[in-house]
Amino acid sequence: MSTSATNRTLAISQHLSGNATAVSVFEAVENLPLDPIFALSAAYVADADSNKINLGIGAYRDNDGKPWVLPVVRQVEQSLLNDKSLNHEYLAIDGLRTFTDASAKMILGSESIAVKEKRFLGVQQISGTGAVRLGSDFLFKINKNATVYISDPTWGNHLQIFGDSGFTVKTYKYWNAATRGLAFDEFLESLKNAPLGSIFVLHACAHNPTGVDPTHEQWKQIAAVIKERKHFPFFDCAYQGFASGSLAQDAWAVRYFVESGFEIFVAQSYSKNFGLYSERCGCLTVVTSTEQQAINVRSQLCRLNRSSISNPPAYGARIVNAVLNDPTLFTEWEENLRTMAHRIIKMRSECVRHLTDLKTPGSWDHITSQIGMFSYTGLTKAQVKVIKEKFHVYMTDNGRISMAGLNEGNVKRFAEAVDYVVRNA
Amino acid sequence: MAPIKECSTIAEKSHGETDDVTTSGIGYSNLTLQPEDSIFRLFGEFMADSSPDAINLSIGAYRGNDGKPWVLPVVKKAKEILLRDPQANHEYLPLEGLTSFNEAAAKLILGENSPAILEKRYAAVQTVSGTGANRIAAEFFAKFRPSATVYITNPTWGNHKKIFMAAGLPIIEYEYWNPKTRSINHAQVLATLKTALPGSIFLLHACAHNPTGLDPTHRQWQEIADIMESRNLNPFFDCAYQGFASGDLDTDAWAVRYFVVRGFNVICAQSFSKNFGLYAERTGCLVGIFGDEEVARMAKSQFAYLLRCSISHAPGFGANIVDIVFKNEALVREWKENLKEMSTRISQMREKVVQLLVELKTPGDWSHITSQIGMFSYTGLTMPQVAAIKMKFHVYMTDEGRASMAGLNEKNVENFAKAVDWVVRNA
Repeated sequence: MSTSATNRTLAISQHLSGNATAVSVFEAVENLPLDPIFALSAAYVADADSNKINLGIGAYRDNDGKPWVLPVVRQVEQSLLNDKSLNHEYLAIDGLRTFTDASAKMILGSESIAVKEKRFLGVQQISGTGAVRLGSDFLFKINKNATVYISDPTWGNHLQIFGDSGFTVKTYKYWNAATRGLAFDEFLESLKNAPLGSIFVLHACAHNPTGVDPTHEQWKQIAAVIKERKHFPFFDCAYQGFASGSLAQDAWAVRYFVESGFEIFVAQSYSKNFGLYSERCGCLTVVTSTEQQAINVRSQLCRLNRSSISNPPAYGARIVNAVLNDPTLFTEWEENLRTMAHRIIKMRSECVRHLTDLKTPGSWDHITSQIGMFSYTGLTKAQVKVIKEKFHVYMTDNGRISMAGLNEGNVKRFAEAVDYVVRNA
Repeated sequence: MAPIKECSTIAEKSHGETDDVTTSGIGYSNLTLQPEDSIFRLFGEFMADSSPDAINLSIGAYRGNDGKPWVLPVVKKAKEILLRDPQANHEYLPLEGLTSFNEAAAKLILGENSPAILEKRYAAVQTVSGTGANRIAAEFFAKFRPSATVYITNPTWGNHKKIFMAAGLPIIEYEYWNPKTRSINHAQVLATLKTALPGSIFLLHACAHNPTGLDPTHRQWQEIADIMESRNLNPFFDCAYQGFASGDLDTDAWAVRYFVVRGFNVICAQSFSKNFGLYAERTGCLVGIFGDEEVARMAKSQFAYLLRCSISHAPGFGANIVDIVFKNEALVREWKENLKEMSTRISQMREKVVQLLVELKTPGDWSHITSQIGMFSYTGLTMPQVAAIKMKFHVYMTDEGRASMAGLNEKNVENFAKAVDWVVRNA
């Protein structure tokens, strides 16, 4: 233990034992640095340059660079406001049942064998974060010695969530910097070398931060090794529909695993595909082996919910519930989804087009082969720094950009900035 | 009048314990069925009861005189303002949640002239209602005071123990309710304080103690504070009823403010479920007072970390509603009227019950029902009496005899009193 840590512990024990010379118990409280994503956002906001570009936070922006409340969401919000029969009474501990049933069926497919055999369940939680945390806490309760494997790289919060639950967390190789694609062989190696019965956190689609997803063939091979090694697949699904524009396409991997007989968790977020970021709408969907197990698991998840949140927030869930359960609204939602997905796909191709025109050194096809909100550009930390300081383009240190921050007004400037830093920094 | 039953809020009935089923999968084979949370199960039983005279006194949610949930008129107005606002969207909030909401919530409980506010030595973060605030506080204590024991009253809110146990903290329960006198066992409270190890944490109810409805007098709070100060004990306040209890925001905040002025580093969990009727929207705040601005800032970063790895940030909608109200003087005035309406109706029901029991000459002293405050009354009914009142009269209250007074109204209070009278005499 370091000297300062020793001093702090001494201070606490002095306080607790009553030798209080008014030493604060909070002596040990260190200042935690601001979460890097939020710090980046704050820096962007503080930047006075009129040409600044924010490619930091993963939230969708329209072609004017503005947040976009989905038209179907606005419509439903108005209906909810007008609905005199609604109130704010507590939801059940596991949330709004019609919402969670529809949510589970949306990812699994209503024709899924798990649905037909009633061996599935959904528990509402605080968006994707809460769903991951709930799943993590549950898994820790039943198997605290398991190792959790998260991809390298992955969403920044995975490590914190599983770590805070109490797990030992390791990584599996995912990104191949040389090819700017999937490190597939190393991924399989990680699966083979991990202790039997490890927990693998898989991105259902639109891998965050790389945007690189395994092909169907690759998923099949991944599944085969997982089966052999008796690992547990824990899917994080934050982009169903948002990635490709097609709900079914983005659910392919999850559905393949279920059809292959796996028990799985899927943490579902409605932040991006409904644009309901701040309303914290999510669902932990579980596939078990039997109907009774589904009942048992639901009851255990409820116990965990009771001591963390009691019951989940209604507002966002009511909106999603209305849409998922109404064919007309559902169709409208799918159009809104395609609007977002297609705009992003277009920005990807525009970006590559400009880089090609500029003859920027290197290969840039990865930007169009990657999918979803993010692209792992391959820019180095030094290049990221220069692009911020010289061009007021904000992205995370790992070179991850949020494609939604690009639009017809800034994509060319962005490409030019990339061109400069690749050549000079 | 037939009770109104809202179908969307029922938790499913438990299917009962089951044999293990072997599986080669994740290891569900040893997984048993977790019994349903008792409050939600009781509510489920009420919903399944087809008697038109059924009276639900189980869940702590306000009902109007018509027995229906009541969306506060000021909340309706705020919702309209929110929806009409062209700038409004659903973008991510910072980890701490809606900043203006946090500041207003802190001022609400501490008083805007609190030394803690003026000296900027508080940290306030938005939480998933009171439960979330309790949980973040518990995790914070577990991290920075890992060997401190948490003292909770017996009885207390059913979820307190679960939350603090989930955070891994040792708990000691101490007697709060004296069943013979149907009042606070103040001597036991003081005795417990005197034996607690320095550094211990005492979970205190800011007002309207749940489930007893009994709060210490100012004088008793002073005595508690004296011992806590001399023995280095730490106050953690759970405040779920500010304004809802007495109808007056300052009155209900007296204890918390007193402790802050006394110099304690108070930590306080706030819920806006009852006083704004925003139950399902999970609107709450965790406020911590610290020695100086710097420590407060550091503590806030720690709160933010705990939020990040559990929920990222708390839901926006409910906080936006409260924020809109707090920013508008006319709406604040209207909110205070709505608060008075709720607390007054409940006090009137308390008085009516006692009046009826006196008229019926029901054995025993029932004055505790009017001296208790807030949502709940610890009636003093025994478990057999509670079971009988459910079976025979379709009156639902928890096993410990806790009745949510908000479930009473002019149409059912007489039946309730008669039911109490019968079980007291016969069960």
